[in-house]
Amino acid sequence: MIGRNSLYGPLDPAPDAGYAAPPPRKGFFTDTSVCIGCKACEVACKEWNDVPENLFEMLGTSYDNSHSLNANQWRHVAFIERPGTAPVPDRPAVDLGMPTVGAAPSDVPDEAKPDFQWLMSSDVCKHCTHAACLDVCPTGSLFRSEFGTVVVQDDICNGCGYCVAACPYGVIDRRQGPEGDPKVGIAQKCTLCYDRLTDNQRPACAQACPTESILYGDVEELRERANERVAALHEQGVMDARLYGNDPEDGVGGTGAFFLLLDEPEVYGLPPDPVVTTKDLPMMFKRAGMAGTAMLVGAALSFLRRPR
Amino acid sequence: MAEAHPVGFQWVVEAKKRGARIIHVDPRFTRTSALAHQHVPIRVGSDIAFLGGIINYVLENELDFRDYVVNYTNAATIVSEDFQDTDDLDGLFSGFDPETRTYDPTSWQYASEDDGGEQHRSQASTSGDHVEHRDTAAGMQHESHGHTASAHPPRDETLQHPRCVFQVLKRHYARYTPEVVEQVCGVSPEDFLAVCRAWTENSGRERTTALVYSVGWTQHSVGVQYIRAGAILQLLLGNMGRPGGGIMALRGHASIQGSTDIPTLFNILPGYLPMPNAASHQTLTDWIDSVRNPGAKGFWANAGAYGVNLLKAYWGDAATPDNDFCFDYMPRITGDHGTYRTVLDMIDGKVKGYFLLGQNPAVGSAHGRAQRLGMANLDWLVVRDLFAIESATFWKDAPEIETGEIVTEECATEVFLFPAASHVEKEGTFTQTQRMLQWREKAVEPPGDATSELWFFYHLGRMVRERLADSSDERDRPVLDLAWDYPLHGDPEQVAAGWGEPSAEAVLKEINGFEVATGRPLSSFTEMKDDGSTLGGCWIYTGVYADGVNQAARRKSRHEQSPVAPEWGWAWPLNRRILYNRASADPEGRPWSERKAYVWWDPEKGEAGEWVGDDVPDFEKTKPPSYRAPEGSDGVAAIEGIDPFIMQGDGKGALYVPQGLVDGPMPTHYEPVESPFRNLLHGQQANPTRKEYRRADNPLNPVPEDGRPDVFPFVFTTSRLTEHHTAGGMSRYLEHLAELQPEMFVEVSPQLAAERGLEHMGWCHVITARSAIEGRVMVTERLRPLRVEGRTVHQVWMPYHWGQGGLVSGDSANDLFGISLDPNVLIQESKVGTCDVQPGRRPTGRALRDYVEGYATRSGAVDEVSTPIVTASSDAVRRSQEAQDEGKDQHAPHQVEDQ
Amino acid sequence: MTEVRHGGSPGRARDGAPGRKRGGKGGAEQVMVPEADFTSYYGRPIVKPAPWEKDIAYYLFTGGVAAGSSLLGAGADLTGRPGLRRVARFGSLGSLGLSIGFLVHDLGKPSRFLNMLRVAKLTSPMSVGTWILSIHGPFAALASGAEIVSLLPASWQRVGPLRLVAVLGRPAGLVGALTAPPVAAYTAVLLADTATPAWHSAHEELPFVFCGSAAAASGGLGLLGSPVAEAGPARAFAVGGAVIELAAERRMEQSMGLSAETLHRGTAGRWMRAATALTVAGAAGALVGRRSRVLSMVSGAALMAGSLCTRMGVYEAGLASARDPKYTVVPQRERADRWVPGDDRQ
Ligand SMILES: Nc1nc2c(c(=O)[nH]1)N[C@H]1C(S)=C(S)[C@@H](COP(=O)(O)OP(=O)(O)OC[C@H]3O[C@@H](n4cnc5c(=O)[nH]c(N)nc54)[C@H](O)[C@@H]3O)O[C@H]1N2
Ligand SMILES: Nc1nc2c(c(=O)[nH]1)N[C@H]1C(S)=C(S)[C@@H](COP(=O)(O)OP(=O)(O)OC[C@H]3O[C@@H](n4cnc5c(=O)[nH]c(N)nc54)[C@H](O)[C@@H]3O)O[C@H]1N2
Ligand code: SF4
Ligand code: SF4
Ligand code: SF4
Ligand code: SF4
Ligand code: SF4
Ligand SMILES: [Mo]
Repeated sequence: MIGRNSLYGPLDPAPDAGYAAPPPRKGFFTDTSVCIGCKACEVACKEWNDVPENLFEMLGTSYDNSHSLNANQWRHVAFIERPGTAPVPDRPAVDLGMPTVGAAPSDVPDEAKPDFQWLMSSDVCKHCTHAACLDVCPTGSLFRSEFGTVVVQDDICNGCGYCVAACPYGVIDRRQGPEGDPKVGIAQKCTLCYDRLTDNQRPACAQACPTESILYGDVEELRERANERVAALHEQGVMDARLYGNDPEDGVGGTGAFFLLLDEPEVYGLPPDPVVTTKDLPMMFKRAGMAGTAMLVGAALSFLRRPR
Repeated sequence: MAEAHPVGFQWVVEAKKRGARIIHVDPRFTRTSALAHQHVPIRVGSDIAFLGGIINYVLENELDFRDYVVNYTNAATIVSEDFQDTDDLDGLFSGFDPETRTYDPTSWQYASEDDGGEQHRSQASTSGDHVEHRDTAAGMQHESHGHTASAHPPRDETLQHPRCVFQVLKRHYARYTPEVVEQVCGVSPEDFLAVCRAWTENSGRERTTALVYSVGWTQHSVGVQYIRAGAILQLLLGNMGRPGGGIMALRGHASIQGSTDIPTLFNILPGYLPMPNAASHQTLTDWIDSVRNPGAKGFWANAGAYGVNLLKAYWGDAATPDNDFCFDYMPRITGDHGTYRTVLDMIDGKVKGYFLLGQNPAVGSAHGRAQRLGMANLDWLVVRDLFAIESATFWKDAPEIETGEIVTEECATEVFLFPAASHVEKEGTFTQTQRMLQWREKAVEPPGDATSELWFFYHLGRMVRERLADSSDERDRPVLDLAWDYPLHGDPEQVAAGWGEPSAEAVLKEINGFEVATGRPLSSFTEMKDDGSTLGGCWIYTGVYADGVNQAARRKSRHEQSPVAPEWGWAWPLNRRILYNRASADPEGRPWSERKAYVWWDPEKGEAGEWVGDDVPDFEKTKPPSYRAPEGSDGVAAIEGIDPFIMQGDGKGALYVPQGLVDGPMPTHYEPVESPFRNLLHGQQANPTRKEYRRADNPLNPVPEDGRPDVFPFVFTTSRLTEHHTAGGMSRYLEHLAELQPEMFVEVSPQLAAERGLEHMGWCHVITARSAIEGRVMVTERLRPLRVEGRTVHQVWMPYHWGQGGLVSGDSANDLFGISLDPNVLIQESKVGTCDVQPGRRPTGRALRDYVEGYATRSGAVDEVSTPIVTASSDAVRRSQEAQDEGKDQHAPHQVEDQ
Repeated sequence: MTEVRHGGSPGRARDGAPGRKRGGKGGAEQVMVPEADFTSYYGRPIVKPAPWEKDIAYYLFTGGVAAGSSLLGAGADLTGRPGLRRVARFGSLGSLGLSIGFLVHDLGKPSRFLNMLRVAKLTSPMSVGTWILSIHGPFAALASGAEIVSLLPASWQRVGPLRLVAVLGRPAGLVGALTAPPVAAYTAVLLADTATPAWHSAHEELPFVFCGSAAAASGGLGLLGSPVAEAGPARAFAVGGAVIELAAERRMEQSMGLSAETLHRGTAGRWMRAATALTVAGAAGALVGRRSRVLSMVSGAALMAGSLCTRMGVYEAGLASARDPKYTVVPQRERADRWVPGDDRQ
């Protein structure tokens, strides 16, 4: 069970999980370069999946009042206000510490200001090829579906929260409210609309997205489209365009939901180089074995040294 | 567009993916700007200067599409020698009457055929009572009817005649240089020229540009002229009636287009027929002729049939040729019955009862305080809504409760709140931006007692008629004679009890029209007769039920039909997707280019040739391009083979509008009513003909003058957030939407924040002469101070979605606005005002009123309710009026209602 | 609902801009290393802190005591040290009981613990641990049961089942001892096998720290409860454990990289400093006070407290490292920047 291929590296997760003839792996390609931050995805997800309210609080972080992905927020649209990064000819590329929500005025004259950018990006569970959450789940509540996605079974989850700490993207979380919700205490996250997929329907968020920023489909095909889109953007001079999560050689074996970003991942609140924690699990068990053995030996020695 | 029309914006994104360049001209950086290649910040309310600059750029550089302009627009038409322009009259056009602040458009007319001769009767006839035109938003009636003109006004096709429209236009806009644009709009010459280049380079034979606007362009005291300026540009560049071109008003509420086609407005009837006027429409013939304009060109010549069919639809068998089809039953208007007039009348105790359906004026309409005080002074109020909105709960939670202006125990308004079925809970059609009707089925049963509007009015009417059944009073006849019979369906028990749901499809069939004798649905309004043998509720909708089939319910995939997708829904008129599409072919009837082929003349088709193409040709099918009207013809026969704009009096696109507009034949830059700047171009500061209600409860912030403190130094504008809907009734009451933007906020630039000591996420309040409202501060570089007329102007932005009700509540931005209206259509200027911004929360209770009044007094808004509106030099006013007096002796003096 | 922090701008923390203040809670503390250069989304965490209450930290401690005590108990049993055996066996039983208590409390209800026994999953240290505990527990408990039986009046000891318990005491104790080291060691894997920067980056050394700590604590308990004469092995075990713990902890900090910082800051820093002080003092006291019952007891208590502090410190450091995006971003960014296509990612 523990080998290179099941803990990290490229593989097709559904067959690996034991499905005999699974359908092609399904996932998302989220092209943030065409996201308009309308939050239709957030709302559609909540409507379809009956996800309760998250926060009624203005956060002042541009138009993001949903804060983050969590048990009550399975899609989260990030808003980033900042200077454009496109190099402006004859102008030194300086970070002016602006423009930003809540920033102090800069004394840089207007003419010298680089273009302004407002980045938006809809984040979601990555449905990792090597999903730490699933690996560490002690109850089998998290499972790999025939579509290669990662789904929680509410009725089996015991709320241990291990998956929460294990996810390298900070996606999954235990529901903490509102009071009376039957799923309080239970781990919750995007199911990639498992119940829609089984009916041959697109996930609700993708269906709602007006600009096709969220593309749903076969992961293989989406990866190709993503590559084409990056190439097209590069051709148009948008050199900042890059893919995130599409590389099966990356730390989680590639994600089922990957992204086209216009800046470094961390700008969007994404880890720059996540690695599935269980990749190191054999090493951990080995070290634990050594430590345990040392403890046993140490105990024995404690008695042997001075026999009575 | 991305903010308020995200679904439509997908096509912009698609175009961008295919290489289109997106430029966004908006005071602030929005979600649209985020995806645009370039954002051009502009000072609110200065767009005519901006567009005028582009018009000037086109004309100066001869970038117009000359073949199109000469043949299809009125560029060559010669204007009367009496006409004088704003340049000569300090911002006024000729014909201004300073007392009524209206124009007599006589001097604006085309020159007559034989110079010095009489004006054609069709032209003279619209020069009626101009105050009344303004009061009844007659501009709206006439805009849709086209101006009238003699069939053959003199033309100079070389466009050299000094008085031809082309030259008039060129002179008018010569002052709108890039420097002026920079000074007035705060737009840099580089940004401005980039827009000019993009627009012109993408127009012509091979390419077309679409102009898409929405309410950022309309809610101004010069709103109509904003759109006119856009129209001039689109005509000059040959972008009208062609695929990929046109002007699209992105409409607001679902089916707001439908609610002008089959209107909820006081001054028009279905199909843009004018609401009869007590003074001028004594008889059916008066009424019809006012639309038909005997002698004019175009399709309004058949107005008689449209009017009679409507009357027949209302009164059925009771409507006969002998009784003028019950024309006497029609209510008449007598002047301004617009929403703002009505609200002021409520305050004055002149209105007893009020129906509010799908509207939340306590939050959504300008001058919120006046709205609420008005409603608190009614006897009864009926509200039908999905939720208990502010307009239904004002008597217990209006901000005026806190200030003591409304006392719950004393408020005598009896409020009847009826739960309404939402759009998914009832069947019917939506008519969207593109004039397309789309049928929707009922998806779910309405909850509880909620019912559809159709149900409510049908049964209300039925019950009223039952009450009146025995009445012999003449005045009850119009109600008793109504054709009020629709099949009921739905829950069989309800139907049996007489409380079923009226069939919306039956209503659609009636709107479509049918032959009275046989019940055969009409397939075109050309089948409508003026003898009572047909009836139809809205002539422009005729065909939606052609062949007894609900054409609006068609849902054929776009992949299975031509690019025009004629089998998706149904667009009026006659399922035509692009209006005036004859203009997509050249004068000889050939496509302007292969790439842009749409509708063209095929000489091989039919007996002697036919117009063909993907769309339904907007031209008589067999009228060849070579057709020239015989001498003395009028109506449809007067439309020549090269007159694509078939609803216009001369068949030409109007670069210059000789009648129909209250405030001038060409757009000219005026400052907003409230502005921190003097009009750079003319002495005339703001639109001199604007509709104002000068009363103590409607003070307007004065324009700063030397020697008086400038207490309202900033410009503010209000608009939408994607997350909320208008007055919030459909978003603040729903948790999944409310949590997305949970608090009222005010966006300010870092510079303004520093100047006023505002802290990000702290509180601030915004003050005008009407009120002060508070919100959280959002400091963002998306707002940038602009340099205008050499000074820095700070613009403040606010969403207008909040009120006291709902899951998330906050102060309402509309409390800041006063009432001043565009004179043509009576829309409020709710996109621009002046204000002050201060850190911290506003005062509460009575102190709030004192605080606001303090500001008003210091600014001079109180003692100077009579700030002059006419600010052009007295000499200019005199000369303008002289031009009027020459042609205006026949008119009686008017009563001046708004001193 | 998740913790909300009112951020300002998307933290462009370059140039030591205000981003840092939003990033972590270390504002008031002495800055030890130059501030890292990193970007984040409004200073919001990237990975989620483990949603575990302090129960889990206590469990790390009690589990360690239980494991070490099982070993000491078995040794004492074999080498004939009834006093030490008694303390150890009771210590084992008591701390096992507490452990189960903490776990169940964290999960909410007992059935949720049983839920974990429906599967055995090697990739889940929690599953593995549950099984280890489920195997170790009964044997350790049986051994402790034998100890209780031995305390009963002799006549009772002859009653069938009790007799059986007494007889099985030794073999059960031996099995318990053999299964004890995994109990002590797996908790390190449990923490390390997460995305929590401070825990995962410690994955090679943490088992040694935890096993050392377990030895120190259980040895400390032995010192605390057994007569000086019998306490020798406990002393040796404790001191050896303390030395290993301290050494491994220093090594661990080397290998942790940036997130080692979290062991020195804030709450975690206080716990860790206390842990070191107590462990050093306890070990020294244990060595010096070899003939003094009082000094032995004090040292034993200090060692136990030191072990508890270590667990608390590691627990808090982990949470702190998850809350501050810096510890996720900076090392990953460095790794990503180092990485060249074709390399295997490390
Ligand atoms: N999400 C959402 N969608 C909606 C609605 C909603 O409330 N919420 N409402 C619907 C309705 S009823 C309508 S009418 C439409 C309205 O749709 P829009 O007209 O798109 O809506 P607004 O946001 O009011 O205004 C648009 C822009 O005009 C800018 N603006 C203001 N003044 C000026 C000016 O003088 N010149 C220029 N160039 N720009 C200016 C504002 O900054 C704003 O960005 O949206 C419809 N769609
Ligand atoms: N300052 C400022 N003011 C503005 C604007 C602005 O840009 N700035 N924009 C203006 C514009 S364009 C508009 S359209 C107005 C909008 O202003 P309003 O029309 O006053 O506001 P809405 O919230 O859209 O009100 C619609 C109501 O209809 C209810 N409703 C929905 N469906 C149905 C139904 O089927 N039946 C019934 N009976 N009720 C239904 C909803 O719950 C809601 O309460 O605001 C205008 N006011
Ligand atoms: S992103 Fe996190 S929650 Fe989603 S599959 Fe990967 S590890 Fe699991
Ligand atoms: S919280 Fe639920 S889903 Fe997550 S690891 Fe524990 S049992 Fe599995
Ligand atoms: S796939 Fe379904 S569950 Fe996942 S974010 Fe989209 S709508 Fe929500
Ligand atoms: S629905 Fe699409 S465009 Fe809208 S926020 Fe979500 S991803 Fe972006
Ligand atoms: S709310 Fe309806 S009309 Fe408005 S954008 Fe969304 S889908 Fe279109
Ligand atoms: Mo609207």
